[in-house]
Amino acid sequence: MEITFTINGEERTEEVEPRRLLVDFIRSQLKLTGTHIGCDTTSCGVCTVLVDGTPVKSCTMFAVQVDGRAVKTVEGLKENGQLHPIQIAFKEEHGLQCGYCTPAMMLVGSKLIEENPNPTEDEVRWAISGNLCRCTGYINIVKAIQSAAAAGNG
Amino acid sequence: MAITKHHHEPITAPEVGGIGHSVKRLEDDRFIQGAGNYVDDIELPGMLHMVMVRSPFAHAEIKSIDTAEAEALDGVVAVVTGALLAEHNLAWMPTLSGDTQAVLATDKVRFQGQEVAAVIATDPYIAEDGAGLVFVDYEPLTAIVNPMQGLEPDAPIIRTELEGKTDNIAYEWESGDEALANEAFAKADRIVELETHYPRSHPSPLETCACVADVNPATGHVTIHMTSQAPHAHRTVFALVAGLPEQNIRIISPDIGGGFGNKVPVYPGYVIATAASLLIGKPVKWVDDRTGNLISTGFARDYYMKGQLAVTNEGKILGLKVDMVSDQGAFYADAQPTKFKAGLFHIVTGSYDYPAAHVKTKGVFTNKAPGGVAYRCSFRVTEASYLIERLAQNAAYELGMDPAEFRKKNFIQPDQFPYHTPTGFVYDSGDYEKALDVAMEMVDYEGLRAEQKQAREEGRLMGIGLASFTEVVGAGPSKDYDILGLKMFDSAELRIHPTGKAILKLGVKSQGQGHETTFAQIVSEELGLPFSDIKVVEGDTDNTPYGLGTYASRSTPVAGAATSMVARKIRAKARQIAAHLLEASAEDLEWEVGKFFVKGSPDSSVTIQDIAFAAYTNHPEGMEAGLEGVQYYDPPNMTYPFGSYIVVVDLDQETGEWKVRRMVAVDDCGVRINPMIVDGQIQGGLAEGYAMSSMQWITFDETGNCIGSNFMDYLIPTAWETPRFELGETTTPSPHHPIGAKGVGESATVGSPAAYVNAVIDAVQHLGITNIDMPVLPDRVWQAIQDASS
Repeated sequence: MEITFTINGEERTEEVEPRRLLVDFIRSQLKLTGTHIGCDTTSCGVCTVLVDGTPVKSCTMFAVQVDGRAVKTVEGLKENGQLHPIQIAFKEEHGLQCGYCTPAMMLVGSKLIEENPNPTEDEVRWAISGNLCRCTGYINIVKAIQSAAAAGNG
Repeated sequence: MAITKHHHEPITAPEVGGIGHSVKRLEDDRFIQGAGNYVDDIELPGMLHMVMVRSPFAHAEIKSIDTAEAEALDGVVAVVTGALLAEHNLAWMPTLSGDTQAVLATDKVRFQGQEVAAVIATDPYIAEDGAGLVFVDYEPLTAIVNPMQGLEPDAPIIRTELEGKTDNIAYEWESGDEALANEAFAKADRIVELETHYPRSHPSPLETCACVADVNPATGHVTIHMTSQAPHAHRTVFALVAGLPEQNIRIISPDIGGGFGNKVPVYPGYVIATAASLLIGKPVKWVDDRTGNLISTGFARDYYMKGQLAVTNEGKILGLKVDMVSDQGAFYADAQPTKFKAGLFHIVTGSYDYPAAHVKTKGVFTNKAPGGVAYRCSFRVTEASYLIERLAQNAAYELGMDPAEFRKKNFIQPDQFPYHTPTGFVYDSGDYEKALDVAMEMVDYEGLRAEQKQAREEGRLMGIGLASFTEVVGAGPSKDYDILGLKMFDSAELRIHPTGKAILKLGVKSQGQGHETTFAQIVSEELGLPFSDIKVVEGDTDNTPYGLGTYASRSTPVAGAATSMVARKIRAKARQIAAHLLEASAEDLEWEVGKFFVKGSPDSSVTIQDIAFAAYTNHPEGMEAGLEGVQYYDPPNMTYPFGSYIVVVDLDQETGEWKVRRMVAVDDCGVRINPMIVDGQIQGGLAEGYAMSSMQWITFDETGNCIGSNFMDYLIPTAWETPRFELGETTTPSPHHPIGAKGVGESATVGSPAAYVNAVIDAVQHLGITNIDMPVLPDRVWQAIQDASS
């Protein structure tokens, strides 16, 4: 099937097998490997991308479903050569260790602070509760998202 | 609230970033841009994809395997079976404990999820289709689903392929002095007993195990990109298993998405992909799915422990006895030093001073996946720490003492170090009471006990749980520690470039611990080069010196020491070059971070960068050019990090639910190289300790079906459930480590489960409850309360 969509702001038309999952399409066909695979059951969230601005677990969506829609991955966070405040904050607050859940965490965090410029700790924890991390114990991820929010307000 | 900090005062400037500076991590730039390079990101020309066919049965004879339909599928290139591997003598391979395990099952399957065949295709979806078309005819056998069943006299024998094997015993081992322990027990006023199961858990890094095996048909050279915590050891294992010349094998372990012990063993998938690449002549990628990861790769724990503590009425411990049975799964595959059959479980005597202990252990084969990996743990230290800390808490209740007071009465005192334990360890340093005092102050222990009293009167349940653990990490001294004969030293190679920048190559392998930053900081400390001028390379066996890898908190104790020592070697040569440049004698020079100067004339100095340049452009006559070195470090002893954790829970009597109100963790890991990274390691470990105590659980039904085979059944805490941790610290340097560091990656996973469970027990112990097995699920708590009140 042929689908037309935008990926990180760029319009693309691609031929894709109907059964291909969005995550496999992004990784194997679009060659954007910042989106990861962790569980196959929509549980871990490392495959999260933004579809029309909404966090979506790309292991649970077919590629053909993004026809006519806009997809944003971690590779699209940096704009005009500038890191997104959330990228800076994850490094500054030590919000990552192995880096595997990080792209998804940052996308979910970026969406949260876009909608809620002053999230409380509980609001951040709730927002990322669909994304697992095995390394950090979450404390510094929460701090990073709150700090990115504060930077955006500054 | 006073939080006691005892940081090592940095001797370097912040921009140099030596020990004690919380510099930001050098590796993060790629990760935050989605530019990490994990195994699944690797794509090679002509690469094929492999999917595993796994057994649905826990124990069954294989009558036949029909691969015809799969092979006929368009896009399927090959189907590999055990029979094919057997032709190449690859159907079996050694485990890290010296047993053998099946690569692909030939005679029978011994656990659910065991690898039976592998389908290789041009596309992973086609390989998956092909796997569904492999038909295996099984004759189910009775499954053994726990070790007690395996020990019954008429139990079916799992390891029928082992000639003369008439039971299901994997190993028997003991430690300590039984006669001495009996003497101590004879003198005791009371014997405090605890029987508890440390359940099977799974490390479950978010990245599963994977490899891309690339055998070059023209040269026979084998390059395996793989999720390996121990690339050098794996290269040697591959050389031994496949009979390949070791110089032709290159293991590349790129970025790893978490390891936690899961990526220490060699798995069938790696071997099959390599064999397939060899036979087909193209690269073969295997990326396990989550179910495969959970049901077939290295599990952890699964110890059935019975502990007895002999105490006096005054609260002094006289001795300890432990009788333990472990569930090993179908193959004995613990990743652990050869000499110690139950890992370092004999550290079970804990932080306390008493002369006698005896530990008796027995490993039993069951129809479950093999493993016994050190899941964020230094070889069974987690189980040991849990048992002694649960026993200590229960002993206090039985004696009517406060659990903190009981611990203080028995702690090994600072002047007793080096301390010889009754099971043969020599603790290097510690101040256990200080760590506990800091924790008690942070949490307001006295206030909480008063509140608890009040709460009980009002019918509310709250509990305060303590754990004052001692770990043993940094394996290890070569006289006692080896894996498959490979001594557990580690290595560092350091080269200073002419412009004063450097490259450091290590035999260990980070999986998120931040080695690229921490190890650069050690060089900064020793040589004064800014940490950001130092590139750290790991995980490529062609380009790093030999080492045993990263697990069991051994990187800082062993490779960190090697790094420090190699930098000192280079500093010694730098002194000679400085003497040449300053036209002074080497003995007249003094070192100050980053430069040598002539004693008494500080203006007459050369920087390390000047010296590096001279090493390549103007080195003294008769001296070898260049500025580089290699150091292999054989540690003189293990290191012994410790700490005290206090957990406060509120418990709902009606539902059995418990919530963590406070979690205070005071760690002493010796000198902290990068305090930010150390805190991050502790926070992560505390979350995994919480996970094990509250929800993570791999269990099986009576026919051997794995319950916990996916992330909907195997629960991992999210940010929502995970407690908010409060960290404190003390610093007691290791006396034998060149920079006084002890290692920290696992302390929190080792120490915290007992604190969580003790907190729950503390909330209900007045009802007569002394044990609830992990995971402490609400229904188990509720049931315990019902049983106690009936």
